[in-house]
Amino acid sequence: MKIEILGTGCKKCQSLTDNVTAAVAEAGSGHTITKVEDIPSIMAYGMISTPALVVDGEVRVAGRVASVEEIKALLR
Amino acid sequence: MTAGAMSAGGPPVVRKHLALRLFAWLVAWVLMYAALPAMAHWIVYDAMGLAVDTRLAAAVEFFVYEVPKVLFLLVAVVFAVGIVRTFFTPARTRALLAGRRESVGNVLAAGLGTVTPFCSCSAVPLFIGFVESGVPLGVTFSFLIAAPMVNEIAVVLLWGLVGARVTLLYVTTGLAIAIVAGWIIGRLRLERYVEDWVHGVRVGDTALPEALTFAARVQAGRSAVREIVGNVWPYVVVGIAVGAGIHGYVPAGALAGILGRDAWWSVPVAVLVGIPMYSNAAGIVPVVQALLGKGAALGSVLAFMMSVIALSLPETIILRKVLRPQLIAVFLGVVASGIILVGFLFNAVL
Repeated sequence: MKIEILGTGCKKCQSLTDNVTAAVAEAGSGHTITKVEDIPSIMAYGMISTPALVVDGEVRVAGRVASVEEIKALLR
Repeated sequence: MTAGAMSAGGPPVVRKHLALRLFAWLVAWVLMYAALPAMAHWIVYDAMGLAVDTRLAAAVEFFVYEVPKVLFLLVAVVFAVGIVRTFFTPARTRALLAGRRESVGNVLAAGLGTVTPFCSCSAVPLFIGFVESGVPLGVTFSFLIAAPMVNEIAVVLLWGLVGARVTLLYVTTGLAIAIVAGWIIGRLRLERYVEDWVHGVRVGDTALPEALTFAARVQAGRSAVREIVGNVWPYVVVGIAVGAGIHGYVPAGALAGILGRDAWWSVPVAVLVGIPMYSNAAGIVPVVQALLGKGAALGSVLAFMMSVIALSLPETIILRKVLRPQLIAVFLGVVASGIILVGFLFNAVL
């Protein structure tokens, strides 16, 4: 699946990226991870609280750091 | 693994187990909190064997008691607020504020600013999201001023270290400054000093994800504790160490001349010194408490605290991306004037 992490480069965004990387490592191949850091692209998703997680173009988590388990569930 | 099982769902059995575990934690918390004074006394006078009534003993006892006390209070309140905040997402706050008239909007924005999760790192998307969806500029500012100034960390520390009366004064005047300063900025019609690129940003529809389960909300409280208390504890320790030093070694009344009620200039100086300083409430309140104990006037000290917390260089730099320098200057000027006014008021009345 196509995973996008929306964030302005803050600490929480980094934690979310780490969790996504860990979740993808456990969930297996076939996933791509992209970091979206420029404001207009973040705003295009309507996100006003970061970090946010977008899976296949759909916002799944907004404004908080999702756990590895939670992300794995989203990738199923 | 229990965490994964918890966040996965909310069948009634899981819910009941979780409620029982929360209750057990609460009981443990109350028992340990109640034991803190005796424990501090034991450490200072029995384990360390310090002589009673010495400066060193006073300073050490202050430190050994206040550090765990404040951390205990912080954990409990941050956890509770972390749960409350899952009900107030920025998107929902924006929907409540969009198209709102000024004045009513300012009051609502300042109030919501205290409970909506806010981190200065997402100030830019939040600002654009608010302004572009029809929240008036002044109302947006009321939110941006209240959010850092009146927060759970400031309230816990003031309540625990200084007392309920000062906490209420701080919260009420902090909200009043956010409301009035935002209203003034709105009246001044400064929309043209918002950077042009902001208006070119296309804001997508916010698809509100997931309705959270009880377990997920508790999980949010837990991660708030890990994140906030994890970040803030060194400030608490250093702040209380400085406070303990002042407490034990600065003679009472020593500061009356510099920060006392009779030195009128102490309020503006306190505010000016506070603006470039960057600390959070956790570092500043222990110092505030110690200063108050040594004859500093309440107005000067509260003004200093507000200026350190509400006006900071890092946030100003972040906001500079969306605001022209003129608007930044007005924002700093109006808020600083409000804080100075509050300082004078307290020094005169109390």
